[in-house]
Amino acid sequence: MSREVSSVEYEPVIGLEVHVQLLTQSKMFCACRADYQTAAPNSRVCPVCLGLPGSLPVINRKAVEHTIMTGLALNCRIPSYSKFDRKNYPYPDLMKGYQISQYDLPLAVQGHLDLHVNGHTSRVGINRVHLEEDVAKLQHLPSSDGESYSLVDVNRSGVPLMEVVSAPDISSAEEAQVYLTTLHSILQYLGVSTGNMQDGSFRCDANISIRPRGSPEFGNRTEVKNMNSFRSVFLALNYEFERQRRVVESGSQVVQETRGWLDDRNVTVSQRSKEYAHDYRYFPEPDLPPLVVDPAWVETLKDQLPELATQRRTRLMQDYKLSDYDASVLTASRDMADYFEAALEVQPVSEDARDRLAKSVTNWVLGDLSRLLNMDNTLIGDSPVTPPMLAELIGLVDSETVSVTLAKTVLEECFNTGKSPATIVGDRGYTQINETSSLVPTVLEVLDSNPKAVDDFLQGKESAAKFLVGRVMRTTRGQANPEMVNQLVAAELESIRNNQSAKS
Amino acid sequence: MSTGVPLTIHDASGMLARQEISSLELTEVCLDRIQQCDDRVRSFITVTPELARQQAGEADRRIAAGSARPLTGVPMQVKDLICTRGVATTCASRMLEDFVPVYNATVAERLLGQGAVLLGKGNMDEFGMGSSCENSAFFPTRNPWDLERVPGGSSGGGAAAVAAGEAVYAIGSDTGGSIRQPSAMCGTVGLKPTYGLVSRYGLIAYASSLDQVGPITRDVADSALVLNAIAGPDPRDSTCLDIPAIDYAAGLALESSTPLGRGGTSGAVRLGVPEEYFTDGMEPGVREALESAIDTLAGLGADVETVSLPTTRLALACYYIIAPSECSANLARYDGVKYGYSFQDTDNMWEAMEQTRGRGFGPEVKRRIMLGAYALSAGYYDAYYLKAQQVRTLIRQEFDQVFQKVDALVTPTSPVVAFPLGSKTADPVEMYLIDVCTLPVNIAGLPAISVPCGFSQGLPVGMQLIGPHLSEQRLLRIAYAYEQATEWHEARPDL
Repeated sequence: MSREVSSVEYEPVIGLEVHVQLLTQSKMFCACRADYQTAAPNSRVCPVCLGLPGSLPVINRKAVEHTIMTGLALNCRIPSYSKFDRKNYPYPDLMKGYQISQYDLPLAVQGHLDLHVNGHTSRVGINRVHLEEDVAKLQHLPSSDGESYSLVDVNRSGVPLMEVVSAPDISSAEEAQVYLTTLHSILQYLGVSTGNMQDGSFRCDANISIRPRGSPEFGNRTEVKNMNSFRSVFLALNYEFERQRRVVESGSQVVQETRGWLDDRNVTVSQRSKEYAHDYRYFPEPDLPPLVVDPAWVETLKDQLPELATQRRTRLMQDYKLSDYDASVLTASRDMADYFEAALEVQPVSEDARDRLAKSVTNWVLGDLSRLLNMDNTLIGDSPVTPPMLAELIGLVDSETVSVTLAKTVLEECFNTGKSPATIVGDRGYTQINETSSLVPTVLEVLDSNPKAVDDFLQGKESAAKFLVGRVMRTTRGQANPEMVNQLVAAELESIRNNQSAKS
Repeated sequence: MSTGVPLTIHDASGMLARQEISSLELTEVCLDRIQQCDDRVRSFITVTPELARQQAGEADRRIAAGSARPLTGVPMQVKDLICTRGVATTCASRMLEDFVPVYNATVAERLLGQGAVLLGKGNMDEFGMGSSCENSAFFPTRNPWDLERVPGGSSGGGAAAVAAGEAVYAIGSDTGGSIRQPSAMCGTVGLKPTYGLVSRYGLIAYASSLDQVGPITRDVADSALVLNAIAGPDPRDSTCLDIPAIDYAAGLALESSTPLGRGGTSGAVRLGVPEEYFTDGMEPGVREALESAIDTLAGLGADVETVSLPTTRLALACYYIIAPSECSANLARYDGVKYGYSFQDTDNMWEAMEQTRGRGFGPEVKRRIMLGAYALSAGYYDAYYLKAQQVRTLIRQEFDQVFQKVDALVTPTSPVVAFPLGSKTADPVEMYLIDVCTLPVNIAGLPAISVPCGFSQGLPVGMQLIGPHLSEQRLLRIAYAYEQATEWHEARPDL
């Protein structure tokens, strides 16, 4: 019996709902500034976003454009007629007692997103992209007498919120993660959102059920909330898949409910049963006339669509002969790809030189620069080493003004001080010694003071030569041209060997 | 009035311009009148004498400086659901008893911008829900023609104040007849403009797709003057129409004994009398007054014909789905958390919200919230809300069709005259039926005006003229011609 049950192989069926705060100057339905994150509590408010009696909403055109552009980037159809609706539910963070949202006629429908997972492409349907308003922020605090109380910050109320709803086409936690990073990258490329997950600009809820692999049926689904990073989405979906599989294999049914992911315990817990789900009593928002979306307007927005990550990756591979891997990593973030191209455009160079330069920039950006940025928790857009500085450093290495070894030190100093690489090299005397005449005395001196290593070499231990080269480099504080030191040491050792054999 | 105080805006405006009276004097006359009779009429929820005197002083300086507008220095009352900055705006509800808006409604801003003088805020049925002013949470207003009778509603305070001579004019709002029906019952002129002609920004919403602000005045010329001041596009109200301004007061008077007859270039005004508006429950005295008024209109040269609007009978049912549905959402914000009445004698958030709403709202408001929440709920939406919207389309189309044939419709405003206080409060449906002639107009978003057209049992009767969208100018001209041919608008209650 148990063998039969365990012989069934299950697969998860996952659909994702992503809420994205849009980057607009003003809020969704009023003129208040939308940049509430850094503002003092309740300082970005007016009668409209406070929901004061008598106030009326006015649609933010920019937010509609951002949503249509997102819809276009997700290959959606943009219907010519759309409208807003009221979604009714009581809660102290909802100023009007209803949220202005879109119910049956969203701005964008029936799109898809192609994902590249493990070298193959899979297509996930996009059911809809719609526009709504964010709610106020509640802060629950304990008071000194042990009773808890709540504070309301209305700044976030009315901030434009876009919801992207996928079809239940995702069949693994890994694929869900790729879906999110791909969508995230698109939003960044479009410039419609910061996409910051920590501050809530990009929030993901997941619907997940399981079924025997290949079956057309869906089981009862759960909705998973409170996932605050791509990583926690991955972990939560894997957890939930396993949990549902155990429930089904034990002969029970999965309860249709909302579950919250607990980041510190790596589990999902039941939040509320869907049986008591709200009836939102949606109806058309009478304060806003329907939106008639002129096809000519959509065409204009289509023309304004920037190059997205996938297209840019292909272009970088073609234009700069980058590997698929390098191009993918560089274009995953628009800022990184922008940095890369900016560094290449500092000086016009021949096509051949440009490909070599591209390789160098890639190595620096993905290697030492990324390491420094990560350690310092800095975004590449804010890097103290600007693209012209990196280009300058690469130029210093190529012209053999500074050794590759020292260049890493220069990058670090440049990162910490913001001084230009040329200035650092000059100030610190890092200039590479490229003259044989200057290096020969040092080489002879090192050989003289390390007779044992010379002896080892003469006994046939080739690695002793490397030790001697290292000694020379150290003596010259890294400034010696390593290639040249190699040659000089080899030549000296050779001449000692010849002398010895002549004697004997 | 025996003191020679002007009764209308156009008279007051002229006297102020000629400096025969100052705005301060005019304001004091109104404040005295309020002092003298408002303990009986009770048309004001709040009186603002200090503010009024201050505004009157400013108006007098403006008049002296020669920059007066038609409404400068003329005292008014504003319905208590139109936000006035710094002046309590209660909606005649316990819920907002202490609510003081931080901003002015667009309408208030435009009137005050013209230099109008605010005497105070008018009583009404709670949140505009009612037809008698008896649903005010504070006290009912009484009809100046008979203090034992209601003034109509919901803008009963405005009509009573104008009829009693407490204010030169009043600003009301009309969701199903709330300007026109009390105007008919108090013998004033009430105009409900086309939906979207006047901004709703700052009008505390009852039913957003039906609400419209309009004037209550002593005569038609005043109605046009107030409409001039309040109409026009407002970027803060997306449902407000973006149309060029019209001078509604211009061209009212036509030098002709048959002003509604064939003119130089235009044919006679075609008036339709819809038979469905002259049936069940109509008082004989109202019918007689209307028939006589229609004869007068014909005598002025109008072509009168009987028309049929069969879908009208569905308007009441349609209204009592749509209005409560919208109100159930519009009134959801009153939860005791942010402003207004708040029940705090509990530790439980949900109980606090429930108790706040249970205690803060009156029975009619709660009835309509429940009706609306039910009509919108899952499983019922299609049968109620959606069906009502479809009927709404039919009613609109029927009006559109009839306006292919006629320029305007003539109907009674109310099938009955003012009734005794308490006589219809037991049965909500009986109360709802009083608005049967006015509701269809809001459903279709049309303009309509009620003008005095006679008396029945010693109480005023109102005639309603309904026109197609944005036909205010035409309606005002017909109403003006009628008014010039009759003296009903000059009758005053003995108070």
